[in-house]
Amino acid sequence: MSTTKTRAQLQPRKAGLTRRQKRAVSQGLQYAVFVAAVVALAVSADWGSLRNQFAQSDLVGQMFPDIITLALKNTVLYTVSGFVFGLVLGMVVALMRLSSVGPYRWVAGIYIEIFRGLPALLIFIFVGVAVPLAFPGTEIPGGTYGKVALGLGLVAAAYMAETIRAGIQAVPKGQMEAARSLGFSHARAMVSIVIPQAFRIVIPPLTNELVLLFKDSSLVLFLGVTLEERELAKFGRDLASQTANSTPILVAGLCYLLVTVPLGFVVRRLEAKAGEATK
Amino acid sequence: MSTSTATDTAASTPEGPEIEVRGLYKSFGDNEVLRGIDLEVRQGEVVCVIGPSGSGKSTLLRCVNLLEEPTKGQVFVGGTEVTDPDVDIDAVRRRIGMVFQQFNLFPHLTVTENLTLPQRRVLRRDKAEAARVAAENLERVGLSEKATAYPSSLSGGQQQRVAIARALAMGPEVMLFDEPTSALDPELVGDVLAVMRVLANEGMTMMVVTHEMSFAREVADRVVFMDGGVIVEQGAPAQVIGDPRHERTRHFLSRLLDPARAEVPEETEETSDQVGKADQ
Repeated sequence: MSTTKTRAQLQPRKAGLTRRQKRAVSQGLQYAVFVAAVVALAVSADWGSLRNQFAQSDLVGQMFPDIITLALKNTVLYTVSGFVFGLVLGMVVALMRLSSVGPYRWVAGIYIEIFRGLPALLIFIFVGVAVPLAFPGTEIPGGTYGKVALGLGLVAAAYMAETIRAGIQAVPKGQMEAARSLGFSHARAMVSIVIPQAFRIVIPPLTNELVLLFKDSSLVLFLGVTLEERELAKFGRDLASQTANSTPILVAGLCYLLVTVPLGFVVRRLEAKAGEATK
Repeated sequence: MSTSTATDTAASTPEGPEIEVRGLYKSFGDNEVLRGIDLEVRQGEVVCVIGPSGSGKSTLLRCVNLLEEPTKGQVFVGGTEVTDPDVDIDAVRRRIGMVFQQFNLFPHLTVTENLTLPQRRVLRRDKAEAARVAAENLERVGLSEKATAYPSSLSGGQQQRVAIARALAMGPEVMLFDEPTSALDPELVGDVLAVMRVLANEGMTMMVVTHEMSFAREVADRVVFMDGGVIVEQGAPAQVIGDPRHERTRHFLSRLLDPARAEVPEETEETSDQVGKADQ
């Protein structure tokens, strides 16, 4: 469009919408769709059976305190043991990935590709079924807790290894150079200077991984656990099938949210803080 | 030249030069950065290396403590061959202090911890001894009051002085400075140069890559001008800076001292140089 046109010529030929009008139309449409969707759901749902299925207050009462003292406690234990095992293994895999020795890099790379590419459920089944079959007589130490730590940890390690590797590589090269110029060996510089800084960088993504693990711990369902070893998902499902009612599932779900929502909030806070620090 | 630092090192190297570089070549891929450097730095001598960006002066400095591995040639520090694959490079580096353009303080440690951690981990000094040496060296650079601060709360000039103190706390025989003031705001350059001047007067052997011509002229015993990976000329500062023999040196100095008068092609080169520095 030429800039030499007069003001009159710049007016749209057809009476088009102004910017303000366009915004009003767009917003109005979006609200209309939203309201229509809510109304359609509210009208079509069978509220009576929903209340029966998901909000049996006497069932909710029955679930306490076991759902907290047993199921939530076990979920937390499984998650933490998987996280710790995964963190240690992930650290090792990350360092292997950065090694100057080729075979270490290859093994670490293959490990990461395999365990990121497989469904966590498959790995749980493998740990629960295939390992005892393949190595008869071997017991995974710690019983169910050990198995869960292994299953969760093997998956988590693959993701954490990549996170930690990225964190280590995000530490400026000058830090390693300064340490080496002071006489630190490569290994010592890694441990004293680079890794502590890398960990600050990876705390938010690792916390996020913790949230994912917390949810994935529900896969214990497929391991075959005793009554005492049940966690939230198994606890809820068992009770649901006993009573032919879905209320326990809803309550178990709320228990997950009780932990994951605050943790998610913490992650966002940490990310915001880390963002400020790098400025 | 008669301080304790200088006499300590005299024991280990009675006669020879403190730093000796012989036939040094260094390539990065196809790019040959150093093309045959021979250089000696005597004990207690202050040598300033000047030259246009890309001339290889920083690479030369980084070859002295083997942060860069030379493609060919030998480097000796205090009589030990640094380039010998059988030498314990960590042990040699303890005797060579290095100060970087970007300071490279450890941001997760306080100022004091920046000075004590290397002493404790590398020199195995005990806590009290390391703390004493740290305090002594912080005082030397005039930053005792920042002992408990974190690097991020210091100005660039203060960070660089802490970096110098950190290197000095290891008791080095030689100090390498890689453009120590290039990343600083102009008003902060003076404090860092003042610390370096004191160090030079105390008799420290120093190799300084710098663009600060007035510092080189005043403090250096010898100025080395590099261009295109070779030493073009060297000599007393008054001669090299004041009355250069080579056309390339004259050209470099005239551009440096009066950038406004530079011809157009050089001006663009200078600009790209600044950009390169910014993202280092």
